Amino acid sequence: MLPTANGIKADHRIIAQLVTTSSSVLDLGCGDGELLATLVREKNVRAQGIEIDDRAILECVERGLSVFHDDIDSGLSEYADKSFDYIILNQTFQQVKKPEVVLREALRVGKKVIIGIPNFAHINARVQIFFHGRTPVTGALPYEWHDTPNLHFLSVLDFIEYCGKRRITIEEAHFVGTKRRVKLFPNLFAQTGIFIISDKKTMQRQNLQEKKDD
Amino acid sequence: MVKRDKSTGIVETRYYTFAYPPSELKLESGERFGPLTLAYETYGKLNSDRSNAILILHALTGDAHAAGFHPGDKDPGWWDNMIGPGKAFDTRQYFVICSNVLGGCRGSTGPSSINPLTGRSFGLQFPLVTIKDMVRAQRYLIDFLGIDRLLAVAGGSMGGMQALQWVASYPERVRSVIPIATTMTHSPQQIAFNEVGRQAIMADPNWNGGDYYGKDLPAKGLSVARMVGHITYMSDVSMGEKFGRKFRNIKQPFKFSPEFEVEGYLQYRGDNFIRRFDPNSYLYITKAIDYFDLANGTALRDVFKGITSPFLIIAFKSDWLYPAYQSQEIARACKLAGIEAIYCELNSNYGHDAFLVEVTEQAHLIKHFLKRLAENYRVAHASNS
Repeated sequence: MLPTANGIKADHRIIAQLVTTSSSVLDLGCGDGELLATLVREKNVRAQGIEIDDRAILECVERGLSVFHDDIDSGLSEYADKSFDYIILNQTFQQVKKPEVVLREALRVGKKVIIGIPNFAHINARVQIFFHGRTPVTGALPYEWHDTPNLHFLSVLDFIEYCGKRRITIEEAHFVGTKRRVKLFPNLFAQTGIFIISDKKTMQRQNLQEKKDD
Repeated sequence: MVKRDKSTGIVETRYYTFAYPPSELKLESGERFGPLTLAYETYGKLNSDRSNAILILHALTGDAHAAGFHPGDKDPGWWDNMIGPGKAFDTRQYFVICSNVLGGCRGSTGPSSINPLTGRSFGLQFPLVTIKDMVRAQRYLIDFLGIDRLLAVAGGSMGGMQALQWVASYPERVRSVIPIATTMTHSPQQIAFNEVGRQAIMADPNWNGGDYYGKDLPAKGLSVARMVGHITYMSDVSMGEKFGRKFRNIKQPFKFSPEFEVEGYLQYRGDNFIRRFDPNSYLYITKAIDYFDLANGTALRDVFKGITSPFLIIAFKSDWLYPAYQSQEIARACKLAGIEAIYCELNSNYGHDAFLVEVTEQAHLIKHFLKRLAENYRVAHASNS
């Protein structure tokens, strides 16, 4: 488990700091709504969630949240471009069937995307693979190989490279280790990476292109 | 048997008559109709700022008696498991209204009512009515009750259609919408089942072009219509659990009398239906349902344009009469219109009947949805004053 302070999980605490007050937030795979409820309470956001598990939806509604029973692989198409200030994909990106499509859709619908991923290259994971020859089980990757909901295994470095190739702007990156925030060698010591990304460069390029065309 | 201590107690149906000439109700068909009566019941108390009223809308064969007991009755109203002290529609907090529909036969004006011009029942002289007309008539009732804005409009099946029509027709009068196991547009399959029911009634020689009042009733036709209806309200699984292939205990020689329990059940339900339902009302109301098409050619993104009331949309996995994709369509329209909405597809084996019988999770969703609405209202109201 990630470290918890004042009953708020470390990654939730970081995301709550990143989100601006009174903004609109769409949480993809919001689970039982703990993060969204924190954002409503601390940042007065206008919150909407999408979640596939009906038991989790009952808990979301109990927390006073609006949530759609839907699949995040297909649930975004109705939303207009930039209709939310933030799209959140916290610990869900690695579970979607088509990460490429979901991320493109998230960047289209949200002005910014906040994405939290478990780091497969954390030192504990490396040790388990290298010395023990076992599929790693860590705080951020708590599942056994046979019962994991994760479909994709990536490191924070993988994600940074992925964004670079697609000209996705990483506006901020935050890393959480076993006990505290990580500043040095995140790909080795971070259990979780949290990024704010946007397609700003693409947009700028498009704008430039349009100006040229004019 | 329902425990009476958690019930609304003894209730009574009331009647409101309005739209007297020359101010008749203008129907969607262009015809003017009046005077007309709506039967309704209320539970709980209207608060001082009249902000806690919820309108419950019933399905095809429902009526105004949604909760509590009529004097001498063994069974409570049709949604007593949802309405009452401490229940989803908590009568300690909310003023709950349930209105019968125009065209019905349970105390409201319909084809079995007396036509003041002829002194005889309307029969097929009764005008064509639509869901929009039903809702327009209910608006008169809500005006009469002195309620400017309803906290919620809620209903399942045809009740859900009325809830959707309410917010479409009178967005400023509705603070939230709870459509359950319903659709924005009645599908060909749904129309087809209704048509079988109508044909069964009209094929009964006693139907007599709708003119049967005071004579032998087309009871068998209505019974077959009800049987078809019942099949569509259940699911393969719920029928399997309820009846299996069990035989009834009969020792008669084989003569196509009901042998299986499922046959006996359907016949019993069908045959009893004539005691509480008018065959012509069945024709008129199913037709109103079939005409229902809120989108009616408009793009999905424009269906709820300008509406800001939050929605709570509920569907059931085993409901094959009103499949979840129809509720998802409502949810999509909400997304496109930027409406805050909850959509949940609940697990239940009961098919379309689930909204009436398997209510634990449905009640949980509604209770907390209403709680948040009431809280938001209090906060907004406190900061305004």
